[in-house]
Amino acid sequence: MAFSPEELERYSRHIILKEVGVKGQKKLCAAKVLIVGAGGLGAPAALYLAAAGVGTIGIVDADEVDLSNLQRQIIHGTSDLGRPKVESAADTMRDINPHVTVKTYQEFLDSANIMDIIADYDFVIDGVDNFPTKFLINDACVMAGKPFVHAGIIRFKGQLMTYVPGQGPCYRCVFHDMPPKDAVPTCKQAGIIGAIAGIIGCLEALEAIKYICGIGELLCGRLLTFDALKGDFHTIKLPPRDPNCAVCGDHPTITELIDYEQPECADAQHGSAL
Amino acid sequence: MAKKEYEVADTVDITDQVCPMTFVVAKAALAELEIGQVLRVYLADGEPMLNVPRSFRDDGQQVLALTPAGDGTYDLDVKKLEEE
Repeated sequence: MAFSPEELERYSRHIILKEVGVKGQKKLCAAKVLIVGAGGLGAPAALYLAAAGVGTIGIVDADEVDLSNLQRQIIHGTSDLGRPKVESAADTMRDINPHVTVKTYQEFLDSANIMDIIADYDFVIDGVDNFPTKFLINDACVMAGKPFVHAGIIRFKGQLMTYVPGQGPCYRCVFHDMPPKDAVPTCKQAGIIGAIAGIIGCLEALEAIKYICGIGELLCGRLLTFDALKGDFHTIKLPPRDPNCAVCGDHPTITELIDYEQPECADAQHGSAL
Repeated sequence: MAKKEYEVADTVDITDQVCPMTFVVAKAALAELEIGQVLRVYLADGEPMLNVPRSFRDDGQQVLALTPAGDGTYDLDVKKLEEE
């Protein structure tokens, strides 16, 4: 279907790009992306994907907007305090781009619901703040053959990597298992500079856009790290897929999804976002 | 005017558009054609006449002719060589 004059103007800066063009914009408009977490990472990712015209955006978060969120979760405003984050995020996305269909999931992701939720989507964005959900997203995406981008942020640092089935290691190949309790502080304890969430969340949106349009080189088999204080981006080449990986290996030992316990120190809720 | 050795599959008028919508509208029209088909673009003198053919070339398409229409506008014939 041809674009309307309004759509041509809205997406003109994409269409001018040789790498995107009309074809790429049509792919974006037909794409379905699930963003897990409407927090620090999910907020900028959702804003840019809505602005880019991604046809269907799902957003998962069980939490409500809290005053301490507003320092970095830029999809929510002061007038949204106390509202469900998914509703606040959906309103902002629809205001930016009414062409986008937003689906909201105000619930915690767990082993019982994640497969049903991700099934409808082409690409998943990990915007969560806790290891149990990061491993859950990885394992579910591996089992479902679903590409996703992982990201993590803390203090002044961030990292991300992309998993595409058959094209490199999964999150568990690289990080293996849950860190010991209390080994890693939550952002609530450690603090986080707001703009780092913006940078890394935008990089997640870019990975989704590149995947959908089939352009450039994804961060498959590579881990990008950013140190804001040093102003340094690094890309580390990762080892190939681990044939002994517990979930994506040749003889996986994890064949059912696991609901790990939260670290005792963390009162962040399961599935909530940074 | 010499007879053109190709058929024009479609036309688009961008004389009332301003940059960058000139090229965007023309590019969207070309996107609807098949590889090898020719689009005729009616464009205004000045910036569109300079920029639109160059943008099509940058996209990998073939500019066949840029002909003054006699009324201050131009006819630009572009052959689609690749999907963009």
